[in-house]
Amino acid sequence: MATREIAGVTLDFDEDGYLSDASAWNETIAAELAKEEGLETLTERHFQVINFMRQEFEANGTGPSIRRLTKASGVPTKELYQLFPGGPAKKAARIAGIKKPHGCI
Amino acid sequence: MRNLVILGAGTAGTMMLNKLAPVLDKDEWRITIVDQNETHYYQPGFLFIPFGIYTPKDVVKPKRDFFPAGVDARFGKIDKIEPQSNRILMQDGKVLPYDFLIIATGSQIAPGEIEGMTGAGWQKNIFDFYTLEGTTALAKFLKYWDGGKLVLNIAEMPIKCPVAPLEFVFLADWWFTEQGLRDQVEIEFVTPLDGAFTKPKASQVFGDFLGKKSIKLTPDFNLARVEPEANKIVSWEEQEVTYDLLVTIPTNMGDPVIERSGMGDELNFIPTDKHTLRSKKYENIFVIGDATDLPSSKAGSVAHFESEVLFENLLSAIDNRPLRAAFDGHANCYIESGFGKGILIDFNYTTEPLPGKFPLPGVGPFSLLEETKMNHYGKLMFRWMYWNLLLKGAELPIESQMLMAGKRA
Repeated sequence: MATREIAGVTLDFDEDGYLSDASAWNETIAAELAKEEGLETLTERHFQVINFMRQEFEANGTGPSIRRLTKASGVPTKELYQLFPGGPAKKAARIAGIKKPHGCI
Repeated sequence: MRNLVILGAGTAGTMMLNKLAPVLDKDEWRITIVDQNETHYYQPGFLFIPFGIYTPKDVVKPKRDFFPAGVDARFGKIDKIEPQSNRILMQDGKVLPYDFLIIATGSQIAPGEIEGMTGAGWQKNIFDFYTLEGTTALAKFLKYWDGGKLVLNIAEMPIKCPVAPLEFVFLADWWFTEQGLRDQVEIEFVTPLDGAFTKPKASQVFGDFLGKKSIKLTPDFNLARVEPEANKIVSWEEQEVTYDLLVTIPTNMGDPVIERSGMGDELNFIPTDKHTLRSKKYENIFVIGDATDLPSSKAGSVAHFESEVLFENLLSAIDNRPLRAAFDGHANCYIESGFGKGILIDFNYTTEPLPGKFPLPGVGPFSLLEETKMNHYGKLMFRWMYWNLLLKGAELPIESQMLMAGKRA
């Protein structure tokens, strides 16, 4: 657990570096977290993925897998990797302020 | 008469049948087990076939040999499960009503999910070893191969037996050495994970083993397509790896019947309570083994530990009592590391594989997260235990709940 100030708000992060409380999230925080992940600007397409991830997290308690994203977010796999280079499921989850997806065992 | 139906007579379904048949009153219960295939495969043995350690006859037996007397066994294809009306529709038109249902339909490879996989190179210089057909074809290929670049690729997670790909490259390193070919063969391990394995401590240990054996590790590779004409695999980020021989672990999916019945997730795995093993949607349906969406390994040992929990919970559900038994995600895997040695890991949902002794704390005879000859003998002995004890539902000297005793945190 670590506490840091981001966009003027003091936030708790879990041991994986993901936001502890998803409800403390807002779009300004997302933009700051995105910079930490090497993304300078977040476009409408980024937010389409981010918002979908938050909905899924709220409904299921865990972030979606890449397959679920491809099938239901409206963004194809290829573009997901372009939007979030290096791993859409993990990276987008961190920016979306939800827990690290436990997709892989 | 009440009906208990078990779908799938693989490892998990057969174990449940053998546990339940002796305790459910025969005057009150009819037990039916359904499978589309009459042959039982000892799947852990598939790994050894390419290297000539086992032949196909070492890994097959008739399913019927493991069914207790007085059970209604049906071999045929399932059309659909209708959970709202508590019945199974068979493709031959027969209908099986149930009061309680156990789904143990497993997982299987779906190479068609990856673009180019089943094209020109399939079973020519692209092989899987998760089917008897694939692993025997690979054995034939290896017999006459004079070397080149062997790439092992995991397409996407989750996969059945997540340690098998590592065992494959460890054994390949040993086998090519024995053949006097090792200096002619380059081995590369290409995985979507960020290291050699899913759990940090074990990932580091296995990563060191790969290095020691001169096996190249390429992590974070998310397979988009295979280009068989150019003999290369390409990731979603356009990273390319060329091969002369591609050993693939394709996408793993639950049985198509789960999709036809509208009961699965994107990969046809069934949403299941990770502690009680009851379906999240239907009170009279339980799910076991690879068919679940549990965040645990898809492996026979997991199905075995689950079977003890499911046995208790199903009996409670029949008696209309709360479900008290809780599965902890326990998995126990022997990993062949080549040259007559093996590594053993033991872990659950919350505790990653740790070093220590197993099953007797401080004594062993097996060593956790360490390479020993005894661990290798454990793996070979296991085939006998599988056919003679495990499938028949006998008690094994291993607790279903993971124990911390004997482990060093």
